[in-house]
Amino acid sequence: MTADATRSPMIKPKHQRLVLVLLALAALMGAGMLASFALSRQASYFYIPSEIAAHPPEPGRAVRLGGMVEKGSIKTLPDGVTIHFTVTDGKAWVPVQFSGITPDLFVEGSGVVAEGRMDGRMFVADNLLAKHDEKYVPREMKNMTVNDAKQVVAQTK
Amino acid sequence: MIAELGLAILWMAAALAALQLVAGGLALRPQGAQIAGLVRPVAVMQGVLVLISFGALIMLFVTTDLSVKLVVDNSHSAKPLIFKIAGTWGNHEGSMLMWVTIMAVAGAVVALVERQLDERTLIATLAGQAFISLGFYAFLLFASNPFARLAQVPDEGQGLNPLLQDMGLAFHPPTLYVGYVGLSIAFSFAIGALVTRNVGPAFARAMRPWVLGAWIFLTLGITAGSYWAYYTLGWGGWWFWDPVENASLMPWLAATALLHSVSVLQNRDALRAWTVMLGVVAFSMSMVGTFLVRSGILTSVHAFAVDPQRGAFILALLAIDIGGALVLFTVRASTVTEGARFSFLSREAALVFNNVMLCGILGIVVIGTLYPLVTEAYGVKVSVGAPYFNPVAAIFAIPMFAVMAIGPLLRWRRDRLAGERGRRIMVPLAICTVVVLAVFGGVEAIAHHIGVLPALGLAMASGLFPASFLPLAGRNLRRTPLPVWGMVIAHAGIAVALFGMASESAFSVERLAALTIGESREVGPWHVTLDGMMPVAGPNWTALQASVSTHYDGGAPTVLHPQAETFTNPPGTRNESALQTRWNGQLYVVLGEQALDGRWQMRFWWKPFVPLIWIGGGLIGLGGILAMVGRLLSDWRRQIAKGKIAYRRMRQGR
Repeated sequence: MTADATRSPMIKPKHQRLVLVLLALAALMGAGMLASFALSRQASYFYIPSEIAAHPPEPGRAVRLGGMVEKGSIKTLPDGVTIHFTVTDGKAWVPVQFSGITPDLFVEGSGVVAEGRMDGRMFVADNLLAKHDEKYVPREMKNMTVNDAKQVVAQTK
Repeated sequence: MIAELGLAILWMAAALAALQLVAGGLALRPQGAQIAGLVRPVAVMQGVLVLISFGALIMLFVTTDLSVKLVVDNSHSAKPLIFKIAGTWGNHEGSMLMWVTIMAVAGAVVALVERQLDERTLIATLAGQAFISLGFYAFLLFASNPFARLAQVPDEGQGLNPLLQDMGLAFHPPTLYVGYVGLSIAFSFAIGALVTRNVGPAFARAMRPWVLGAWIFLTLGITAGSYWAYYTLGWGGWWFWDPVENASLMPWLAATALLHSVSVLQNRDALRAWTVMLGVVAFSMSMVGTFLVRSGILTSVHAFAVDPQRGAFILALLAIDIGGALVLFTVRASTVTEGARFSFLSREAALVFNNVMLCGILGIVVIGTLYPLVTEAYGVKVSVGAPYFNPVAAIFAIPMFAVMAIGPLLRWRRDRLAGERGRRIMVPLAICTVVVLAVFGGVEAIAHHIGVLPALGLAMASGLFPASFLPLAGRNLRRTPLPVWGMVIAHAGIAVALFGMASESAFSVERLAALTIGESREVGPWHVTLDGMMPVAGPNWTALQASVSTHYDGGAPTVLHPQAETFTNPPGTRNESALQTRWNGQLYVVLGEQALDGRWQMRFWWKPFVPLIWIGGGLIGLGGILAMVGRLLSDWRRQIAKGKIAYRRMRQGR
């Protein structure tokens, strides 16, 4: 760069703008390509239990699982901080393990989104999506049809 | 009565904004000179009126006027006064009124104080500002009237979400809003300059304080918001790459780029079209941010009260304002003449490089934030988090940090690093590079479990910190202008914050435990014991409070009190974490629920050097403030000098 600068001290006026524009375009395209490449590997997909039953994600890949917490399924392990529960969409059931302090509105029969990964048949959650109010439904679950929801509610009661 | 008055005044302000736009447009025509004098007073009056309207809304909240729907939905008579006031903007309608208020007041200040810019560009700027404001007035008056009354007056309000009843709410949203909306002034300046084809150093000089001011507020708002999330959510994290956090980061990145390119335009008359474009992009990012926050279109921890119809309204505003600006840019960009040239090795070139890298990060964040929307159109639901953002942003950030160390040492226009001067620059930089390599090698050799990114962060931060002080070398420190101090401190702040972030992710220790009273645990160098549990009560909540005694490495014990609070209006709970700060880090304690066997769930984190994140953020803001003060002082001195010259002329003329 130093050698270049001494040999041709200044770029020609009409070239400078071109160089800047090309540089910006190259950076933006680079960013776009990097982003799409990284997104194809790092985005975490959303599953409902029946999808996990049908096409389980590869073990260890970060995914999210959404559904209703089945009534009577929450069990605390002897260490006092790990819980097991079952998430269902009325068609399939997925056992979930979570270590940590559960969000305030995490109760049996409520909707939940768990972030984590499959480990064998067990879904190991790193995080349960915290909810801000009692009316909140995870956005991904809004388009479960009314019928589905009723079924799930009936089954989890 | 106050509600009707507030609404009427808001309508009047909207009418004045329309007048400001029309008068501004007419004044720009060749025969419109007489009307030009109207624009400034109208802008000032509009600012005053909307401020009164906002004051009326605050009044309604303070007096808890339960005939007003917004107050009923968001307030309660038993709430502490500060949260009554803060509740004014803790909801959609109130926050939009605050948005319009800041926008109009900023416009009024421009109209009052700006004397250096040529009058035509200023009028075009004020007309542009009125145009953006009108959209938001329409939004307020037609789709989200904050003063709407209820037919039946209820006995009591519904209260404010417990998570929002925090001092953070009193400061964090207003700060961010001033930042967001401050960028609207930069946007209007860009529009004004495009309309009058007058892009040059004078324009940059007028625009810079506004960009700087907005940027300071954004920086401090993001820093405060991050700390607020850190201690109220009880998750122990300080940044979640949540869409709403990204919404504040995107304008910050654009504003940072703009701040640097404006200084190139001001000092060297280069990067003309680029600066104007960034002015447009920066405010666009603010609007995209508002859209994401207000529409609830993305799953977010901020998804409080959201409404898709309102999202559509903001999206339409976004399309009109940004689309219009981009069309104007396309039409006029070719007439913006070429700026001054510079060589590859110059301060301009370094700033261009950093601008491009910042835009790269901006692109990464925008794509990552909007990607879930795109895939959802194809029926696939995804979420994007740290595994994407951290490494991909680092690809752009790390070269940027490297150039950040070199750039301030270079000369404007053209530099040659040969001979004595070359040695004076290269030797300290080489030392900093050695520090970077040594820290990276050391971290990788000693602690294998630490990831590449945190190790790189620690290394870059250790080298960048001393490097940011190099511009002061060889200067008389007392005579160094304040803006240079500002730059040095802001750059050092970046290094400090980076060190905190890297240290947090490299060295954090987490312990999750179910404890009986009297039981102890080791958390990194800490020894913690659960001493007891007792109920306590606040003004509108009750809580269980744990007493946890902590010893650092055998030192004197301290007692911490994490709480699990229960609110009655509206019903809700909140975990109030307890923090213990030492010079080398922070212990973070959260109280969970009681297990069936009577043990208490507790979560502990030992986070070495984590406060540096926010100290760094504060330093970055402080740097901005110093630059601002320096600028205002020099303006003031110039005014005095001008006055003296005029006085002498007058006397000599006599």
